[in-house]
Amino acid sequence: MPERIYVGTKPHHRDSAGENVRNRIASDLGIGTASSVRIARVYILNGAFSTSELIALANGPLSDPIIQDYSINGTFCTTFDWLVEVGFRPGVTDNAGRTAKEAVAVCLKRDDLDAVSVHTASQFFIQGKISKKLIERISRELLANELIQTIAIYSKQEWLGIHTRVFAAPIVTDTHAITPFVPIDLAVSDDALLSISKKGMLALTLDEMKIIANHFAAHGSDPARKACGLPASATNVELEILAQTWSEHCKHKIFAAHITYLEEGRSTQTISSLFKVYIQGTTETVRSMKGAADICLSVFKDNAGVVRFNDTWAIVFKCETHNSPSALDPYGGALTGIVGVNRDPFGTGMGCQLIANTDVFCFASPFYTDTIPPRILHPKRVFEGVREGVEHGGNKSGIPTINGTIVFDDRFLGKPLVHCGTLGLMPLVINGQKGYEKKALIGDRIVMVGGRIGKDGIHGATFSSEALHEGSPATAVQIGDPITQKRMTDFLLAARDKNLYSSITDNGAGGLSSSIGEMAQDTNGAIVHLDRAPLKYHGLEPWEIFVSEAQERMTLAVPPSSLNAFMALSREWNVESSDVGEFTNSGHLDIRYNEQVVAFLSMDFLHNGLPKMQLTARWTQPKDIHAGPLSSSDHNADLLGLLKRLNICSKEYVIRQYDHEVQGGSVVKPLVGVKNDGPSDAAVIRPILESFEGIAVSNGIIPRYSDIDTYAMASSSVDEAVRNAVAVGADPDYMAGLDNFCWCDPVPSAQNPDGEYKLAQLVRANQALYDLCINYGIPLISGKDSMKNDYHIGDTRISIPPSLLISVVGKVHDVRKSVTMDFKKADNIIYVVGTTYREIGASEYALMKGIADTSVPKVHEPSTSMKMYRAMHTAMQAALVRSCHDCSDGGLAVALAEMCFSGELGATIELSRIVNDGCTTNTELLFSESTSRFIVEVEPARAQAFESCLSGLPCAAIGTVTRQDAILVTGLTGEKTLSLSRIDAKIAWKSTLTF
Amino acid sequence: MGNTIAALVVSGNGTNCERETAHACRLGGFTQVDIHSIWEIVAGDVSFAPYHFLCLPGGFLDGDDLGSAKAQANRLLHSVDAKTNTAIIEQILAFIAAGKIILGICNGFQLMVKLGLLPASSGNYTEQLVTLCGNDSGKFEDRWVELSVNENSPCIFTRGISSMYLPVRHGEGKFIAKDKNVLDSLMKSNLHVIQYLDQQTHKPTLTYPDNPNGAQHGIAGICDTTGRLFGLMPHPEACVHRTHHPRWTREDLPEEGDGLAIFKNAFTYAQEKFS
Repeated sequence: MPERIYVGTKPHHRDSAGENVRNRIASDLGIGTASSVRIARVYILNGAFSTSELIALANGPLSDPIIQDYSINGTFCTTFDWLVEVGFRPGVTDNAGRTAKEAVAVCLKRDDLDAVSVHTASQFFIQGKISKKLIERISRELLANELIQTIAIYSKQEWLGIHTRVFAAPIVTDTHAITPFVPIDLAVSDDALLSISKKGMLALTLDEMKIIANHFAAHGSDPARKACGLPASATNVELEILAQTWSEHCKHKIFAAHITYLEEGRSTQTISSLFKVYIQGTTETVRSMKGAADICLSVFKDNAGVVRFNDTWAIVFKCETHNSPSALDPYGGALTGIVGVNRDPFGTGMGCQLIANTDVFCFASPFYTDTIPPRILHPKRVFEGVREGVEHGGNKSGIPTINGTIVFDDRFLGKPLVHCGTLGLMPLVINGQKGYEKKALIGDRIVMVGGRIGKDGIHGATFSSEALHEGSPATAVQIGDPITQKRMTDFLLAARDKNLYSSITDNGAGGLSSSIGEMAQDTNGAIVHLDRAPLKYHGLEPWEIFVSEAQERMTLAVPPSSLNAFMALSREWNVESSDVGEFTNSGHLDIRYNEQVVAFLSMDFLHNGLPKMQLTARWTQPKDIHAGPLSSSDHNADLLGLLKRLNICSKEYVIRQYDHEVQGGSVVKPLVGVKNDGPSDAAVIRPILESFEGIAVSNGIIPRYSDIDTYAMASSSVDEAVRNAVAVGADPDYMAGLDNFCWCDPVPSAQNPDGEYKLAQLVRANQALYDLCINYGIPLISGKDSMKNDYHIGDTRISIPPSLLISVVGKVHDVRKSVTMDFKKADNIIYVVGTTYREIGASEYALMKGIADTSVPKVHEPSTSMKMYRAMHTAMQAALVRSCHDCSDGGLAVALAEMCFSGELGATIELSRIVNDGCTTNTELLFSESTSRFIVEVEPARAQAFESCLSGLPCAAIGTVTRQDAILVTGLTGEKTLSLSRIDAKIAWKSTLTF
Repeated sequence: MGNTIAALVVSGNGTNCERETAHACRLGGFTQVDIHSIWEIVAGDVSFAPYHFLCLPGGFLDGDDLGSAKAQANRLLHSVDAKTNTAIIEQILAFIAAGKIILGICNGFQLMVKLGLLPASSGNYTEQLVTLCGNDSGKFEDRWVELSVNENSPCIFTRGISSMYLPVRHGEGKFIAKDKNVLDSLMKSNLHVIQYLDQQTHKPTLTYPDNPNGAQHGIAGICDTTGRLFGLMPHPEACVHRTHHPRWTREDLPEEGDGLAIFKNAFTYAQEKFS
């Protein structure tokens, strides 16, 4: 019978978690009548335990005797008005329950607990005059996500009347008999084919279904297939495998499509593949340009890109998105996003140590007040859930979150963007072989390592290839378990160093179907026994076992001669590993369940059977709008307004909750300056603690520029990422980039009539990426695209603005020469490096003021920008630069204010000295967002040397750092055009995200 | 190992800071620094006995799922070495009885407290007398704090140190004693080694954020009566070089970070006692 142990804070101790819930009830839901909230953890032990055992557990691992009380099968609290109990639905990952079960077994020294399950729930004891209706709202909108959790609400009287009764444990009770496979007749009408795809959540188009139907019509009766006991028609397992392998998420069909690009006044252009022409093409061109200076080691062929760091080590980098799951369950989706991307570098080559995380989020305003459409969570809840998910995933994994940003735009209401990146450190040589190469060999055992398989994450790959709709599956949400993964990666690094495996990859989207299907390409075949894969609970059909995206799992190729040693080490490190099959050269993916073949697919058809999509892109240049000379009467108010804007204001609230220093390599932190709270341009870390060599990590993302031209958006994003890295001391000639495209559906359909325009936007973004990266000599080493970031329910359609995140990793040859953005000393000279154009279109200033203008920032002369970056790097290497900050959102005025309040110094500058092209007013010079610009602080004694470094490039001394509190700006005609206290500026900048 | 002064850094199960802690041990002077997983210890492949310095680094043991370090404390209390069949806790008590030294940092400090190794003011090293619980802010926080060092403390790790500036990175760092008697005796015996300081007044503070968690008396670290066992919430291993300091680009700082002295003191003590 299930036993319950309730544990919570003693009444005379502060329950800070409860206080936070009470505060969020007031701030997030506007319900001010909750006077107190106390929280109890419920441990549900589903098995037979004696009273003395329950007491031993309650006094032992399950409570802290100093500050906590407990109650066994009773009630923890009696002073409340309402009790809300939130538990997990059966089968949902319960990390605390997993840890508690292990603790119970250790504490009681019982070896008969395999059949026992331990679960957790939370009880919220709420006091205050609140109606049941409001308690239900609090439960649904703050305390629980009904997609994965259950809610039980009791009044005090109700709870005290039943609290001693036996409550059922949330266990999966499914006992149905497993059906190995179901034949699916594909010799049916087009409508029926589409219905099979829709009902099965396969996300396969009619053309794709027809290709599959034709394949089985032609090969269904092949003798080899017949010999397996399979019907001529496809099985449901085979259809699921094909749907996963051919999904947009895994196959990147749009980036591989043949595109006809049409633009008025220009000849038609045909693009054989965006990926091959613009992404791979960039890297191939840059690598050949660089020759011996090429830093790429492994690109586009593994889970992450690998570049040389020095003669001994390589850097591995990957950035993923986890948008769709985060829309449904922000916490679980984001947690899975970060622990999921951790496995990409880890599953690259022979594996690596994970050294840093990055995170870039795009949300609607957390202060959004309009009606929320069905199945969408309020942006504040998405914000907090994603923040907490990445916090738990990164912090608990011991990987510092060193860089990131948050972009706010209400078009992210339908789907938030959750970019998670991870860097790894890999030995160039492991056991005498290149560390960044791997190959499964014929005869190698297929070993699944880590967590068990459940229904969590089923159809994640196909689901993320669709818009969010009524039928979007709850099972697409997974909850990550950082500790199971940490145990697994610790063990696998030990196994790697003992040379116990020949290849490794992660189980992400598509699960075993993806990992084994991809690894089997090394040998051209595999036999998999699904019944040998460990399950979380009974009831998974074979197809579910194969495509489940249950987390914390890696798939390895282990030579038979190493299998025993591998398994023994796995047991010692308390990590579960299972031998589930063998890599073969049969030419087939042969999937079995209890010796019955359930899928028998040709490797060639699986991986090469999908023809390219044929798409048309049609670009229409937006009509030029020129707002005329911009002139404001109150630049002080303008600057204060900009500093408060969501895209500019301090993100300290989020940054402090991420461990950005674990692993001991932190050099330039995300927050710098006198009070450690100024906004860094990029992060610098030392991956090897015995060395002063380092890396800088930065990002660039400006989706709002897409409203005018995605070419400008993409080129500005590349430039921003590069100049941020240069600003802290990275070598512009030793950088690599990652591209993450997040787009609204660019495939035309009845529901998506402007698909051709969106595809043209995608083409232009790719062209810009290619042009800038070639000019800057930045190879693209990895990336990802997410193409269906739309919400479509009923008549409501919300599409995100097309976005491209560029992440850059650059070499810092000596971290002791790194530079931060805070002004350092009065009387130093302030320079602006770069040309300021009249570029107000889609700027933060234009958005704040409601100015319609299409003068979007461009990278006018990339070759000049690159010369400038090299010159800045030379100046930094010569220790000529005391501080450096890039001009971006809000332009020069915002950058100057940030340098002043971070350094607790003032500044006096003259706008007339700025190198400018086309700016005719002070307002334009202050707030234009022209790219390729820095504000730089130089000591007077080093000014000449600095100027000679920048000679021939746009650079001007515009003023000095002062001891005063004021930021003083003299306008073009000598008038005082801005005079603001740096203290007031900082107060404004820190006033927005104060949760 | 002969006369080699050896440090053991225990990893595994959610420990995250083993590499930088081992690095700090080496910089401190230890010539042999080994990182071993708790699983190797439970399996009996590694024992504490050959080592002089046991370092329990920071991290998230078992994800703090049952409260910080609770599950690992339970494991160490109840597990036995698979080869010698001796309880792991007995090995730790023997290590202490041999006059050796133990340092717990952040999650390692939480582990020592929940095992009862600190403050052990009654002499009993398995009775929990204090705890480290959720920050009053209700949040995990990464921030740097000013710390005063109790020069009257018996702690061998802080000899010659009067103050430190170190990072804290935790969600459960609030020091609370079981009762007033425990707290009074701890203070009277000068077992409160370091305290959070108000950055303006430079006095111990209860005020957030200088006291980042609401710890009683601003206590950030304590030792046992011998001074050989020390635990602290701040991370000394994360400040062993000037470039670790958040303001190193604007301040004239010594080459060594404040935290390194703790590891140098550990080495000096172990060398004097065991070589």
